[in-house]
Amino acid sequence: MTERILIQGNEAVGWGALSAGCDGFFGYPITPQNEIPEWFSREFPKRGKTFVQSQSETGAIMMLYGGAAGGSRVMTSTSSPGWGLMQEGMSHLAAAELPCVIVLVQRGGPGQGSVRHAQMDYLCATRSGGGGGYKNIVLAPASVQEIHDLVQLAFHLADKYCNPVVVLSDGILGLIAETMEVKTIDFGPLPEKDWAVRGRDRQKDGVRRFIHSFPSGAPPPGGYVSYVPWLEHMGQKYQQMADSELRYEASQSEDAELVLVAYGYPSRVCKEAINTARAQGLRVGLIRPITLWPFPYRALKDKIDLGCRFLVVEDSLGQMVEDVRIAVQGRAEVHFLGLLSRHLPTDGGMILPGRVLEEIRRLL
Amino acid sequence: MNSKSVKKVNISATQRTLVMPLPGCPGCQHPTIGRIIAEVLEELDLDGSAIEVTGIGCNSAVAMLNVDVVLGSHGGAPDMATALKRLHPETFVYTVQGDGDCIAIGAGSFIGALTRAEMISIIMCNNANYGTTGGQLAPTTLMGQTTTTTPNGRDAVMGGYPVHVAELAATFKGVAYSARGALNTPANYRRTRKYVKTAFQKQIDHVGLSFVEVLSACPPNWHLSPVECLGWIEENMIPEFPLGEFKNVDVID
Repeated sequence: MTERILIQGNEAVGWGALSAGCDGFFGYPITPQNEIPEWFSREFPKRGKTFVQSQSETGAIMMLYGGAAGGSRVMTSTSSPGWGLMQEGMSHLAAAELPCVIVLVQRGGPGQGSVRHAQMDYLCATRSGGGGGYKNIVLAPASVQEIHDLVQLAFHLADKYCNPVVVLSDGILGLIAETMEVKTIDFGPLPEKDWAVRGRDRQKDGVRRFIHSFPSGAPPPGGYVSYVPWLEHMGQKYQQMADSELRYEASQSEDAELVLVAYGYPSRVCKEAINTARAQGLRVGLIRPITLWPFPYRALKDKIDLGCRFLVVEDSLGQMVEDVRIAVQGRAEVHFLGLLSRHLPTDGGMILPGRVLEEIRRLL
Repeated sequence: MNSKSVKKVNISATQRTLVMPLPGCPGCQHPTIGRIIAEVLEELDLDGSAIEVTGIGCNSAVAMLNVDVVLGSHGGAPDMATALKRLHPETFVYTVQGDGDCIAIGAGSFIGALTRAEMISIIMCNNANYGTTGGQLAPTTLMGQTTTTTPNGRDAVMGGYPVHVAELAATFKGVAYSARGALNTPANYRRTRKYVKTAFQKQIDHVGLSFVEVLSACPPNWHLSPVECLGWIEENMIPEFPLGEFKNVDVID
């Protein structure tokens, strides 16, 4: 029998990590993601797994560096100000090619901003917030079930590419409760982590491992002869990630004249607005990016050729809309409905289906 | 140093762990600290199960020991060591860090590990300046000492006072061992070696975190010859940074 539980989005992170065989969680308290470390502190030690509350997000991300270097599946979670603190560590993780998962539950920014929901971290999550021009896959769930499933996918992709993977949630997805099926998803085999440190004499070949974020500076083995060959390797890996890991959902978009583009909680709002609009005979659909990097540029480009226009619905002042404009290259209208269209001017305000429907009617 | 005292130093075999020269400027004592670590690892038969976490700076030279090594951010070594030891309690985990790495940029990481009583060992090389970047003011720079960012000498208004890390570490309940050694005489070398060995034994015995600070010569940035550096350590550093054990307990209750 399939087991379904009623669970909060933030706690679904924990169940997803457990299903993925995560070994250790390291994190620092910050709203609105506190249920995540609290879940791990309850559930991990009794299963013989590791939970550490770090002294800062700077510390948490470097704990991931150590844990990943040892070959363990490790993760952290944070919210926007903490995300900023993790960027130096993410750059080191990317450079050292260490797999790990970071869940970012977005809140309003910049600065302390607001402790409530928002989508203000799209650009810093998809464009590598740390120094050095690395890339990381960004997965964007839109339901509690999808948080659980994408956390598992994130661990798989992290191991597949030896790279950090980000799951981009938000304050609404984190705090809503929905029913969810707990299940382990099989994504196929992965190569053995024979590069991990475990003690020289425990290496199968008896040769010591040296893991570092300075590949151009350390002598082989474990390093590149110089900077450019290393960057060439990294560039090829990023290209492979971009080519192979694109994911998006197209909904009622086949005959659409107006295509809504949204991720996370606003994509659910859009679906409700689209259902109402369809009932009124309006030809409107949705493209929901599931990977924000790589971004489904091609899927949007194909719509232009059919004469579509676009409406980006995003709980920010306009961030993903930049990617939509890149896809469209000025060949179609791109409209934007953002944070200023919330039903209330407070940090509890949301973009609601009625407002989206109003915008659809205005455009069609 | 006369030839008689040189003969007294007992150099252990380090065939397994010291397989290539550790890089360093002439007279730099960071490689000497690396050698002591190598000797002690082999003596305690730890080199095969050891994971070294190296800081960023001249101490990174010690990453060339023939053990598994992790090297990441400037100051984050205790964080990396925390995760490694928690996830793999069967390994022997130690960090090698500089004074800037440990108590300036890495102060939060260091204090965090001490607070949580992580079962790791931390070796901090104190050369009273930032060696790799060309000799800037460090938290351990002596009063009046000229550096590239204290061109008129360190003064309290601009740069405050030297920090005493071994004494600080000793105040933490979760710390089993804290000591400070030097390498400027054969006697101090032997004592420092004993400190490192005792520190490593605390981790083996699962007592608590162990810490050793080692005063280390930096001829290029001190603008002294290697031999003059040994005298400078004796006359200037040791009076500010007294040698000895500041904490040594077998049980933390």
